[in-house]
Amino acid sequence: MFDALLAGLRHIGRSVIDGSWRLGYATRFLWLVLIRSGLSFSRFGLVIRKVYFSGVLSLIIILVSGLFVGMVLGLQGYETLVRYGSAEALGTLVALSLVRELGPVVSALLFASRAGSAITAEIGLMKATEQLSAMEVMAVDPLARVVGPHFWGAAISLPLLAAMFSAVGVFGGYLIGVVLIGVDAGAFWSQMQAAVDFRHDILNGVIKSVVFGFAVAAIATFEGYDAPPTAEGVSGATTRTVVTSALAILALDFVLTSFMFTGQ
Amino acid sequence: MSDDTLVEIRDLEFAYGPRSILKGIDMHMRRGQVVAMMGGSGCGKTTLLKLISGSLEPTAGSVQVNGEAVHEMDTDTLARHRRKLGVLFQFGALFTDLSVFDNVAFPLREHTDLPEELIRDLVLLKLQSVGLRGAHTLMPHQCSGGMARRVALARAIALDPALVLFDEPFTGLDPISLAVTGNLIRRLTDTLGLTSIIVTHDVAESLKIVDYVYFISEGRIAAHGTPNEVRNTTDAFVHQFIFGEEDGPMPFHYPSRSIEEDFGIGARHVGGKARHV
Repeated sequence: MFDALLAGLRHIGRSVIDGSWRLGYATRFLWLVLIRSGLSFSRFGLVIRKVYFSGVLSLIIILVSGLFVGMVLGLQGYETLVRYGSAEALGTLVALSLVRELGPVVSALLFASRAGSAITAEIGLMKATEQLSAMEVMAVDPLARVVGPHFWGAAISLPLLAAMFSAVGVFGGYLIGVVLIGVDAGAFWSQMQAAVDFRHDILNGVIKSVVFGFAVAAIATFEGYDAPPTAEGVSGATTRTVVTSALAILALDFVLTSFMFTGQ
Repeated sequence: MSDDTLVEIRDLEFAYGPRSILKGIDMHMRRGQVVAMMGGSGCGKTTLLKLISGSLEPTAGSVQVNGEAVHEMDTDTLARHRRKLGVLFQFGALFTDLSVFDNVAFPLREHTDLPEELIRDLVLLKLQSVGLRGAHTLMPHQCSGGMARRVALARAIALDPALVLFDEPFTGLDPISLAVTGNLIRRLTDTLGLTSIIVTHDVAESLKIVDYVYFISEGRIAAHGTPNEVRNTTDAFVHQFIFGEEDGPMPFHYPSRSIEEDFGIGARHVGGKARHV
């Protein structure tokens, strides 16, 4: 009984020590990526290529999802608002939901699944096939040459994708609310214009997507760089990227929302 | 260290934590030679290459290249050391998102300011020397294992290094590719004035092309000499290795408890008590 208790405590202690060690290692990794970013930016073509890899290749899933989320918001919003005779406020509801919350959060979750996992897999496989070691012995820093461009490519792409998600979502809401259901177009747009504040709503949404972009970029590049160089190791790292990113996005969203929108 | 010696390893020890990998290694490699390091899997050969390239630091002793201790080099000196070093990885380690041409051009673009026309000519020359000029537009996944190894060799010599390290260059190659790779290593070493260090366990191919051989067993140098000396050696380990004998100083069985203990021969535990059967 005492031995089992001791083993349990030892297991918890080991997990805490391992977790702390990994967190410290990840922080040091992120710091090195940031201080070596000058080298990545000095050859901006590399970053642009990764913006294509992370951002442009994620466009389809982001745009289609944005459209459907906007259409669902249009349907559900109308259903609720019409009970209170405020169907004209549909534009406001769709726009605020999207720019404040759903745009940054849903596009970040989709981005982590589509681009974050791809970044982890690419870096992890480069490590497993000794491409990163080859670079290192050629006196080329893999953090500056491979990880940095991936990191910045992802961090730049997500805010842009979130903006597109929100824009397409608003259009989806318009399609359902105005074109299909018949809400007055003038009321839909004018109420939206009057209610949505640039600094308070749009800028805060952009700040959220920037923070999520950094979080996903850091998690995806770290998991790839830290992946054990085996097939199982890379697949595990890819899964961890999606799970950790999703949890980080939701937790950060709560923290940011509590600072940005509480009591107003 | 004499002028003739390019790599000198003295009293080298290396351990991963408590696990000792290399113990008391002494080697010296002369300029222009092809030197092989042979030994069973996990004996520490690749670790030695990593110590020479500065990817690992020794626990004790030193690795000197061109008179400079690799583990004492600061970041800039290490980068300079690595620019004079070519490394061929076991499966080539070509960058999969770059074409054959761009792979060979990679070190030139990273470390020189040469105009693109000159880089083109240099890359095609390097590819010509490994017989793959015509393959410069291919992607790595379109190359066979032997071709990938040759492209990697062209990339390793792109900056005209003084020293080239080969990690298992013959693994997984068909007999023709194997002979081609072996001959290329010898020919390029001679014509470009390189020094080559090969880590391998391919005895037949290596003994044809090398000038000197070190046999490593359990982290120590078990024997060394010229190919003729090692062929005629009476050393039991070298004999076992060269002739591929199943049992000898390198045992067939991994260290374990005795058969009697594992199979309970002689005594069987029943209900917590030993019972003789």
